[in-house]
Amino acid sequence: MDFINAILVLLNYTIIPALTYGSQLALGAIFVTLIYGILRFANFATGDMMSFGTMFAVLLTYYFQSLGINLGIFPTALITIPFATFMMILYMLSIDKFVFEYYRIKKSPPVQLAMVSVGVMFVTQAIIRIIIGPADRTFLDGEKFILKASEFKEMTGLNEGLTIKSTQAITIVITMIVVSIMFWFLNKTKTGTSMRAYSDNEDLALLSGIDPKKVVLITWIIAGILATIGGILYGLDKSYRPFVYFNNMLPIFAAAIVGGIGNPFGAFLGGYVIAFAEIFLTYAYKKFFTYILPEALEPNSMMQLLSTDYKFAVSFSILVIVLLFRPSGIFKGKTL
Amino acid sequence: MRQYTNVIAAYLIMFTLIILVGIFQSWSIALTILNYCLISAVMTIGANIQWGYAGLINFGIMGYTALGGLAVVLVSVAPVGEAWRAGGLNMIICLGVIVGIVFSIRFTLKKIAKSKSRNYLIAAIIIVGILLLRLISAPAIESIEAVEPAKTGFLGGLGLPVLFSWIVGAFLAGGLAFVVGKVALGLRADYLAIATLLIAEIVVSIIKHEDWLARGVKNVIGLKRPAPYEINLQQSPWFIELVEKFHSGKLALINSVSEKQEVLKQLVIDASSVYVKLCFTGLFLTVVIILLIVTQKALYSPWGRMMRAIRDNEEAAGAMGKNVVKQHLLIFILGSAIVGIAGAMMVTNDGLFTPGSYRPMRYTFVIWVMVIVGGTGNNFGAILGGFVVWFLWVEAAPIALFFINLFTAHLPETNEIRVHLINSAPYFRFLVIGTALLVIMRFRPQGILPEKIIKN
Repeated sequence: MDFINAILVLLNYTIIPALTYGSQLALGAIFVTLIYGILRFANFATGDMMSFGTMFAVLLTYYFQSLGINLGIFPTALITIPFATFMMILYMLSIDKFVFEYYRIKKSPPVQLAMVSVGVMFVTQAIIRIIIGPADRTFLDGEKFILKASEFKEMTGLNEGLTIKSTQAITIVITMIVVSIMFWFLNKTKTGTSMRAYSDNEDLALLSGIDPKKVVLITWIIAGILATIGGILYGLDKSYRPFVYFNNMLPIFAAAIVGGIGNPFGAFLGGYVIAFAEIFLTYAYKKFFTYILPEALEPNSMMQLLSTDYKFAVSFSILVIVLLFRPSGIFKGKTL
Repeated sequence: MRQYTNVIAAYLIMFTLIILVGIFQSWSIALTILNYCLISAVMTIGANIQWGYAGLINFGIMGYTALGGLAVVLVSVAPVGEAWRAGGLNMIICLGVIVGIVFSIRFTLKKIAKSKSRNYLIAAIIIVGILLLRLISAPAIESIEAVEPAKTGFLGGLGLPVLFSWIVGAFLAGGLAFVVGKVALGLRADYLAIATLLIAEIVVSIIKHEDWLARGVKNVIGLKRPAPYEINLQQSPWFIELVEKFHSGKLALINSVSEKQEVLKQLVIDASSVYVKLCFTGLFLTVVIILLIVTQKALYSPWGRMMRAIRDNEEAAGAMGKNVVKQHLLIFILGSAIVGIAGAMMVTNDGLFTPGSYRPMRYTFVIWVMVIVGGTGNNFGAILGGFVVWFLWVEAAPIALFFINLFTAHLPETNEIRVHLINSAPYFRFLVIGTALLVIMRFRPQGILPEKIIKN
């Protein structure tokens, strides 16, 4: 019995939150990796682009709520996904047209493009703050919990309850759907194959008649979908605050590089690697050990490896270690 | 002379702008802007050495700035005796343990051939070392932080003059740069950018959360100053006389004695803040001029030529027998050390150390915009960039407010769009800076004052 309780503690406080956070990071990391693999630059505007899409979801949610439209037990934000994604793609394509295209045609070095993306980051942040302001907002409505701790305890008669928030379930399910569609697209369709070819060897791809404009267009569309959905899921689960989104860029970069940049599947797994490492290393295991150890051995400290203040530092240290020992990432990305 | 016309013109415009702020807003604001411009200029000199001379991309400027600020606390604050007695010894032992770990790792790396077992050995050393550190430091940290947590709760510093900390800041930042450089300099440009960005974030999070070191997010206030305090100035007779003399014409117009006293008092208060800021301006200007002379000399020396050669073609320079790795590391350390000086200068200027305020936006990306807008590879350009961008950063909000009022003048006061726009005026600074960067990158990629190569 104690063993089941111990497992429940882990599930409740580490595994489920880590899966959720990992899914959110994974979507962002695939976005970074696609831009890096096909457009060939590190996009420092990642966090703010996700924030931009989410901003529309927040505004539309408020609008729909004022009209009285909702999805019952599901959050209203789910209806806004197509609209927000559309706006996001429109924004990305116009940025590409006015900013990035020039450097791509000129074949500027990646560093220059990264610098330009810093400029895009500034402008995007300004637009977001001017439209919606820097405040913290929650836009979650509908049913908050799928399973409450008290209900679970009644059902099973165990000491520990299992809580599953609806946002956690929604995040994991939607991520799985989006990611599977994306991998199917990249691996099975003709356009997806041409994108991978373009990413592997641009010159060869051009020689075999792949239209670069179409590849770039599709890349931005997929990137827009990933960025918006990732941003909305994060905002639903925690809350929407532009500054936090900017900061999220850092673990997302870590996930993309740990997974091997340019490799979408690596980025997907990298998101979970980062999330699990962050949560497992900063969780206080006292409760867990009280359940599994005999009473004599019960710990009196918190059994915490690192204080939660160092959450971000964990993911960055992992990144540094990976860069040192396996610069192409755990799952072999582009060679550096 | 003619080749310098654009440099002189650009600087003249910049100083005219600052003087205009003095006339239209106030001299105190103008001097604050000028001081921050000078601090930014030191940062851009540091970043420009790395990016302009050597082509190294360092997105970790925030970390070095924070270390420079930490140096001010560690050097100038008086030591907290009680905290030292409570846990000083343990912390010194910890320092010894860290040194021990580093040297034993170096020893293993040198003496044992590359193999899997060597990696395991190093991992074991690190894990054992960290456990040892936690065992020794945990009780000490607790007792140090318990010493008057509202006022101190940290070890304090050395109680030395604050100017000394500028040098210490340079050494701390340089030391970090040595470690980072050893680790990350082999990476390709954009990976180096990401790695340095994240390492800086780690440094700041350590400063933020290790309260025993510098009180963390509880901030250290009331730091020493290399300039007189306003309160003391307002009471010293020589200063009051000076102000009286300076404003004698204005004061002569007032007849009643009591009114004259009132006006003089107000003038003295204003003048004292201007005087203090002028003292800082003098100090900062000295630093900027010294750095400018040294970096200019270095740029046109054989060493500077070698750096440019390495930047433009690493392989060729390597083939000519130049040690590319060593030079990269050297310039990474030098540039970061200069940024460390700037960090110390900034904390000295503010008189307080607030680790929570170190954010990559303000301390890394804005500095980079300065370097690129001003002119990479040209010290005069980098300094000008520091001035221009800082000026825009500060004055963007008032200017935006002016234009918002202009364009929405026909709307009623309570119009929702107008109120919303006026409230969001501060965020126009991001728009201005971002647009400036994009425009410069597109139409004048070498910056306002491009790199000049003197050929004999």
